[in-house]
Amino acid sequence: MSSGLNTIAWIVWIILIPLIGAMLCFMWPRRGNLLGMISAIATVVVVVALYLQLLDQGVIRYAVGGWRAPLGIDLYADGLSVLMLLMSALVGLGVSFYARDYFKQDDENPAGFWPLWLLMWTGLNALFLAADIFNLYVTLELLGLSAVALIALAGSKDALAGAMRYLLVSLLGSLCYLLGVALLYHAHGTVDIQLLGSVVTVHPVSYAALGLMIAAMVLKSALFPLHFWLPLAHASAPTPVSALLSAVVVKASFYLLLRLWFDVFPAVTLGLGLLFGVLGAAAILWGSVQALRQTRLKLLVAYSTVAQLGYLFIPFALLSPIAWQGGVYFMLSHALAKAAMFMAAGNILKFGGHDRIADLDRVAQRLPITMTAFCLAGVSLMGLPPSGGFIAKWLLLEAALTFEQWLWAAVIIVGGLLAAGYVFKVVGYAFTQADHSHDARPVALTMEWAALGLAVGAITLGLIAPYPMALLAIGDPLAIREVSP
Amino acid sequence: MSLSMLYALAGVGLFVLGLHGLIVQTHLLRKILALNIMGSGVFMLMVALARRAPENPDPVPHAMVITGIVVAVSATALALALILRLQAMTGRAELPEQQTRP
Repeated sequence: MSSGLNTIAWIVWIILIPLIGAMLCFMWPRRGNLLGMISAIATVVVVVALYLQLLDQGVIRYAVGGWRAPLGIDLYADGLSVLMLLMSALVGLGVSFYARDYFKQDDENPAGFWPLWLLMWTGLNALFLAADIFNLYVTLELLGLSAVALIALAGSKDALAGAMRYLLVSLLGSLCYLLGVALLYHAHGTVDIQLLGSVVTVHPVSYAALGLMIAAMVLKSALFPLHFWLPLAHASAPTPVSALLSAVVVKASFYLLLRLWFDVFPAVTLGLGLLFGVLGAAAILWGSVQALRQTRLKLLVAYSTVAQLGYLFIPFALLSPIAWQGGVYFMLSHALAKAAMFMAAGNILKFGGHDRIADLDRVAQRLPITMTAFCLAGVSLMGLPPSGGFIAKWLLLEAALTFEQWLWAAVIIVGGLLAAGYVFKVVGYAFTQADHSHDARPVALTMEWAALGLAVGAITLGLIAPYPMALLAIGDPLAIREVSP
Repeated sequence: MSLSMLYALAGVGLFVLGLHGLIVQTHLLRKILALNIMGSGVFMLMVALARRAPENPDPVPHAMVITGIVVAVSATALALALILRLQAMTGRAELPEQQTRP
């Protein structure tokens, strides 16, 4: 790569391009598909450019408008942020292709999708690049409000109730977080993450702020038992939105949790890790059992998200570098697999006009590409080799076994078995003939291939593990070099 | 206790009051009002704590409060629009799981 390209501040364009795209799509709704696709592809290109720049230059810090940290707004990119950006770019590209045809052949409101989705993408990208905790609050709200509006696009009673509940939960979380920001700013006079990390000490104010901010993020990441809002909101949204919410949006608050944990409160998090681990384990078991009990496909996939999010909290209890790598890898593979699975579920819903699992009626023969995508995504969720889910679970297991934490290892394995249970439940019905067959509507080929593409991505993640790991080491966001067991 | 500390504590009180209302009230409009009270509590705390020295208040929290107010207004607008749609569709401005209560 030439040095000329490397001097461009890609970090700013990553936020600007989807924002401009959103406005254009809002002004010309009839050209929404074209403008939306152009913006989506341009965003992906810019994210890749930032990735190359990061490989070339290491950690990037950019002062917007030339105003440095205490007064101005800094943008900051290290390995973890770029990994998250790449993840959302991949899922976002897949969803954009999917959405183009999804809204074309349906009566659901298409004009609102592109501006809101691009705004949400702006919020996501800004969140991953924010360097101060107040800016993170603003991006969280951007993300939350556009996500609520996207759910409501479906227009059904369930979707409106789900969106309303999500809005209440999201605002409650944001306000708790903001109160934490207010306390931290009062105590230390700064909102910059790096500066805060060096001054936060064991002190009642730190504990109060930590409690508020972590509770807010746990609520937004839907950790058991605060997952109550997730299944209905994710299942009742239009399918492209379900995929985005389950794959990327819940990970954004988890990313923020990681940032708080490692960069802001490294001194005061003692004891919380075990609690997170226990809640994560409960989420894995409870979410999987609930998924097994569902009779509707999209609700099954949504409950599976509750279960899979539990794995993300297991590293907090294991506290070893390998476990953190496993957790981050889990996040990546789950994002791709879950997006693919929701898209496959959406295809089946469009095809048959319903998503009752018992009446799937030989979908495997009639929608072979979609069913392949569903199975490949299932392989990654179960953690079978050579998928990305396998690598992630392997790392988690290795961490658990190294420190002889048998209980965590058992939970990880049982969770995989339960995942196999609910995936095969769907696959089984997909091959059998239902009592009465339905009229089928054709599903656009792009929608099938988009699902398959992301599912193949989830499998491929298992084969290219060294690259994400090398990226994760840039800037050492997870303190992998320092932590000792 | 200084006056600004009194305001800050009142802000925390508003936050808790709003949280109570958010959980206890079933009508969605009341829930949104409760969230706004919580927000006002946070803003009040921020403004009160900005007064470190008697003559020169710290401007940064004021900037944050203005941003926060913009967010609160947009969130309230979205919530009200959602409530209207929900009421038009179901006839009640309550969440389904809370409609069993009289």
